[in-house]
Amino acid sequence: MVDLIMNDVLGTPAILVGIFALVGLIAQRKNIADVVSGTLKTIMGFVILDAGANVIVLALGQFSSMFNEAFNVDGVIPNNEAIVAVAQQSFGTETAMIMLFGMIVNILLARFTPYKYIFLTGHHTMFMACMIGVILTTGGITGVTMVVVGSIILGALMVLSPAMLQPFTRKITGSDDFAIGHFGSIGYFVSALVGKAVGKNSKSTEELKVPKSLGFLRDTSVSVSLTMVILFFVVAAFAGPAFIESELSGGQNFLVFAFLQGLTFAAGVYIILAGVRMLLGEIVPAFKGVADRIVPNAKPALDCPAIFPFAGNAVIIGFLFSFIAGLISMFLLPLFGLKVIVPGLVPHFFTGAAAGVFGNATGGRRGAVIGSMANGFLISFLPALLLPVLGTLGFEGTTFGDADFGVVGIVLGNLINLIQSNLLFIVIALALIAGLFALGWKKVQKVEEETKAA
Amino acid sequence: MKKILVVCGNGLGSSMIVEMNVNAILKDLGKEADVSHTDLATAKSEQADVYLGSEDIVESLEDGKKNVVKLKNLMDKNELREALENNL
Repeated sequence: MVDLIMNDVLGTPAILVGIFALVGLIAQRKNIADVVSGTLKTIMGFVILDAGANVIVLALGQFSSMFNEAFNVDGVIPNNEAIVAVAQQSFGTETAMIMLFGMIVNILLARFTPYKYIFLTGHHTMFMACMIGVILTTGGITGVTMVVVGSIILGALMVLSPAMLQPFTRKITGSDDFAIGHFGSIGYFVSALVGKAVGKNSKSTEELKVPKSLGFLRDTSVSVSLTMVILFFVVAAFAGPAFIESELSGGQNFLVFAFLQGLTFAAGVYIILAGVRMLLGEIVPAFKGVADRIVPNAKPALDCPAIFPFAGNAVIIGFLFSFIAGLISMFLLPLFGLKVIVPGLVPHFFTGAAAGVFGNATGGRRGAVIGSMANGFLISFLPALLLPVLGTLGFEGTTFGDADFGVVGIVLGNLINLIQSNLLFIVIALALIAGLFALGWKKVQKVEEETKAA
Repeated sequence: MKKILVVCGNGLGSSMIVEMNVNAILKDLGKEADVSHTDLATAKSEQADVYLGSEDIVESLEDGKKNVVKLKNLMDKNELREALENNL
């Protein structure tokens, strides 16, 4: 009986998150119809996620074979949805536990520290929970210890990241109503600092005329399909028809094959997104509901498009220059002996655009251009450096895209490898977070004084 | 009951936040509606009485038949409230 509960019920991530949703819905005193549909949808979201992962793994496998044949190096496509969906097949329980308790730690920190942020970008919470779970498990920390340490790290990041950006976010939005809760934040922070350093007397991007026609790339399914088809075509051309038609496609024309594989990848991302949407549909509102009741003056930390309306031109400029930096990096990475990170339109669009807005706020046009390029380099080099610490998951042909995953993963992964004793690792990791809290608080005060003086 | 569909590029982050804001405002106004959120591609084929989203995103939904409400600032609750009052 105990075995059934521990392994088959709680050990099945789909059922585990379903139980979280069920308890949350009952706690909110929802009617029976809402409880039943909410619980079932949450579980179904998880099952859909798994189905999407299977689709994506097939297309990724083909891409890797072609890329390797063409260039003799491994090519990796950073895509958060893909890597998390693949990881759920072995790290689902870890992800779900760290995510739930991380949210609780977030609420506690917001209640008892001066950081009043509630991190509402649920998919990023989930992705970060997954990555922390993978790294701790790979490093030999498991079970209850892993959940406790992982949730503290996650919960701390959920307030530290919005807090770090807040002085700049305030400058962009002209108010203190909301914060940015997005794990590309280190890229934005760097962009804002670069903007400050280079952007003296540079005029705002908003005085420029920029064509809005690139806006269609914000439609994720369009931009993923477009990137993947182009990527598959380029790689197919280099791998050559002979190899593809004899080894991979079973005789199908190599261009038709490449086209369909590109769209298969995009379809996988679409399925995963639908799954994530269903999975989080009940959990995030419940989280916000609890936080609003427990934390006075709670400030919502929102997904990065929240700041896009404040600098429409910087969004387009940021995306373009981040992507250019990604293309340059593709040629630089092999020189350092790293795997090639193929730039994706989605991470460069969302984080490049946000970096552009932050860079523009501190350094005008020059800030937006150079700041978003800095972000582009970060999200190319960090994923490449992250791969070795992801263990077996580092060989799936995909990885985490945004800057924070890279920095957090690299720091945690290398610490855990460097320090033999698990206990010592935990102490050092927690001390590091405490240090960041103290430093962050001091820094925020300093920046606040500067903004007041300026 | 009317159905409101909130749309954003990914259908995950901002549209979900706006959905929560819509629910709060509706409660405040004493009105009821069926609210959900999704991404742009799905929105094109999903039926709803009101499609809500930021200007540059939902523009491409307009086909002459859909009731598309374009918001300048997605996070501005006053603008959202006005849009809801005018369209329900």
